[in-house]
Amino acid sequence: MTEFTTWDILRNLLLAARWTVLLSVVSFIGGGIVGGLVLFARTARAVWLRRLAQGYIELFQGTPLLMQLFLAFFGLGLFGIDVPAWLAAGVALTLWTASFLAEIWRGCVEAIPKGQWEASSSLAMGYFQQMRHVILPQALRIAVPPTVGFSVQVVKGTSLTSIIGFVELSKAGTVVTNATFLPFTVYGFVALIYFALCWPLSKSSQILERKLNVAHRNH
Amino acid sequence: MSLIAITEVRKSFGSNEVLKGINLDVDPGEVIAIIGKSGSGKSTLLRCVNGLETIDDGSILVAGAQLLPDDLHLKALRLKVGMIFQGFNLFPHLTAGRNVMLSQMVVKKTAKAPAEEMARKMLDRVGLGHKFDAFPDQLSGGQQQRVAIARALAMQPIALLCDEITSALDPELVNEVLAVVRELAAEGMTLMMVTHEMRFARDVCSRVVFMHQGRVHEIGPPGEVFANPKTPELRQFLGAH
Repeated sequence: MTEFTTWDILRNLLLAARWTVLLSVVSFIGGGIVGGLVLFARTARAVWLRRLAQGYIELFQGTPLLMQLFLAFFGLGLFGIDVPAWLAAGVALTLWTASFLAEIWRGCVEAIPKGQWEASSSLAMGYFQQMRHVILPQALRIAVPPTVGFSVQVVKGTSLTSIIGFVELSKAGTVVTNATFLPFTVYGFVALIYFALCWPLSKSSQILERKLNVAHRNH
Repeated sequence: MSLIAITEVRKSFGSNEVLKGINLDVDPGEVIAIIGKSGSGKSTLLRCVNGLETIDDGSILVAGAQLLPDDLHLKALRLKVGMIFQGFNLFPHLTAGRNVMLSQMVVKKTAKAPAEEMARKMLDRVGLGHKFDAFPDQLSGGQQQRVAIARALAMQPIALLCDEITSALDPELVNEVLAVVRELAAEGMTLMMVTHEMRFARDVCSRVVFMHQGRVHEIGPPGEVFANPKTPELRQFLGAH
């Protein structure tokens, strides 16, 4: 039987962790873009747009991420569309991330006092001008800490994509365990690597919160 | 022709009718003080003139153009009529100068240099030329309100609506804001102001409107309204002040 050194285990896990990082980054950026669009729809004046955005958010927040991954991967397969695991994982995580970011950011937009909308309206600004020049610059400041905080959920959420066969950190952990029969060591390392990814994010979220609160002198 | 013509305006919030058929014509250069108890509808009336509230019935004409609730008409109206609020509502993330420049550049598409020139001129006019680079939270309430006035003036409106603009100020800061308004009035700016400053209304305004329970209860030159109130409601209101 082949002997595996600790370095063999760790090396393989670290190589797979690249995919966890890549998937996290792609989902977060994609989710940010889609989330931004959903945010505009969610705060729009047109009622049907608001309803549509609300329905989207409720659907994706009200179902487990795992089911969304299954539907993206197997569901489309039923229609004869062959979806590779990486694509299904990326799409499902992006849509899931977007639903949460849109709702986090909506809270930030609504935290801006009504007087800011009224003052900019009275200066003849339109909705997009108000958002671009008055509301979002202020909302952004309060949005940074919860947004960075949520990125931790995205990193951990990528572990679910192992179920549909995407080889990232968790899947690699399973594969390596099957080869080495050392589950405690392997999953211990897996957990440590996740922690190394997530902890700096949570910590920076806390630091940003403190820093931006000081800068946000008006409240 | 009157600059602002308010005809039979009605407005309800739910089942509560706040404005019950308001008629008021404001001539160019007139300074109108709107007084009355809280809940009499005076602020709502002012907000209707700027399109911040939609009216249920009647009509409002500003310089001959009808106030309609779609974006295009509202924008045209708001280019003519500026508004100043009780809570200043300066943009806290921008300096005083930037506050005054923003809508010129965004709405009127004025280039940066002339917008800045205009902003400096308007801040000078309210006595705050030296505060161009100060952020709102570095200014006193009175200074913030004067920046808000400069911000509205920079759009070159033909009329200004003032909604209790001194009510949120400490007593010693009220006068610096009223002095600016007094100057505007002397220069011929058309003003509609909801105010609790009776002395100011008496000294500066051309007409005083007393609102009571959603109606214009009494109207006339300040000398008349303050010296000979015709209705018991106004007598009581003035007595309380």
